[in-house]
Amino acid sequence: MSDIKLSIIDREGETHKLTAPTDMAMNLMEVIRLYNLAEEGTIGICGGMAMCASCQCYIKSNNHIPKMEDEEEAMLSEAFNVKENSRLSCQIKITEELEGLICELAPEE
Amino acid sequence: MIKTDILIIGAGPVGLFTVFEAGLLKLKCHLIDALAKPGGQCSEIYPKKPIYDIPGFPEILAGDLTKNLLDQCKQFQPGFTLGERADTIKKDNNGVFTVTTNKGTVHQAKVIAIAAGLGSFEPRKPKINNISFYEGKGLEYMIKDPEVYRNKRVVIAGGGDSALDWSIFLANINAEVTLVHRRNEFRGALDSVEKVGELKQKNKIKVITPAEIIKINGEKKVESLIIQKEEREIIVDTDYFIPLFGLSPKLGPIGDWGLEIEKNAIKVNTYDYQTNVPGIFAIGDINTYPGKLKLILCGFHEATLMCQSAFQIINPGKKNILKYTTVSGVDGFDGSRKEAPKSVIKSIND
Repeated sequence: MSDIKLSIIDREGETHKLTAPTDMAMNLMEVIRLYNLAEEGTIGICGGMAMCASCQCYIKSNNHIPKMEDEEEAMLSEAFNVKENSRLSCQIKITEELEGLICELAPEE
Repeated sequence: MIKTDILIIGAGPVGLFTVFEAGLLKLKCHLIDALAKPGGQCSEIYPKKPIYDIPGFPEILAGDLTKNLLDQCKQFQPGFTLGERADTIKKDNNGVFTVTTNKGTVHQAKVIAIAAGLGSFEPRKPKINNISFYEGKGLEYMIKDPEVYRNKRVVIAGGGDSALDWSIFLANINAEVTLVHRRNEFRGALDSVEKVGELKQKNKIKVITPAEIIKINGEKKVESLIIQKEEREIIVDTDYFIPLFGLSPKLGPIGDWGLEIEKNAIKVNTYDYQTNVPGIFAIGDINTYPGKLKLILCGFHEATLMCQSAFQIINPGKKNILKYTTVSGVDGFDGSRKEAPKSVIKSIND
């Protein structure tokens, strides 16, 4: 398996082009943390259980991403700043389908 | 004024284990936590989720880990200041720290152990006009003493475990509970959802979904709420409004205690996890050092080492040696004693 390329727009609006491995069971929130694109303590607070909305992001490319499960949908229904293209990045697994993904971090609540 | 040996900021797993390790060294602890109950994230965010990397426990629910840690440290009689946030710190000429909470409770200790995880949990507030005016005037974000709500009218908003669990609890002490949630589906343990369904059938809880509270009315305190349910607006008279939309952690006032901070964490040395201020230690997720891993098990290790230095600060010059609990047993401050049973020495006769 190979690495994929992603573009992440941070909370200041800056775009970061980065690579992520597809064989390390990582999720998108973890990649964002790996590259320190959001301040520690402001993202992935629950660790990645869809139990907080601190890793909310907006998907801006047309990549195929598996549908939300109930937990994610329920959490987003209680979150702030939610848009049509909102997802919890901790629930998005890094797979080859995400090649070229563009995603923007939602503002800190 | 509360006086203790080690004042622990944060009653999560690492703070609780500190009580045990300190107790073995005959040091007394008191804990302050912004939440109304001990356990930190383990009891607030994910009590019903399993943890698989606690040594010796192939699998343990976070809530059960909290319960076990409380049981383990019980004989060392820790004190608790719950539902209050440690706000200010001062050190006097004798090296004694005074920590005061946002509610004005004063604590004194020679050693401070900050085990505050990601910081103190602050409630996520719904976006309603004038909401801050009603805080403490019928509007509460946290239930500290449920008895206050006995026989009262209470509106709870939210769709997670705490909204469900408190609705059940308050309905059972005869509060007139209305539960309001944005969706028809609730995000919580199945048995809690079912229990709320049962209470609804028995008219003990009123459930309004999909709906949202859009306005609070009342001249001096909360008197009624305007709830938007689809296209309609409903007015509900109530004594209390409790929005339970979860909590988000903030480093908060600790950030102004003169400690070296890096990426929202407190810098410590790896000898004894002391900060740049002698006598103040930081352990668990709140600290940072080269190679730091935010794991409960690492926090336990940090707590253990930290207590050795705390002993020296509290008892300068006093000799001390590491004891094994299997050999020495555990002497509680409550007079209890735990010890390994003596081996039987007996000859086997023909």
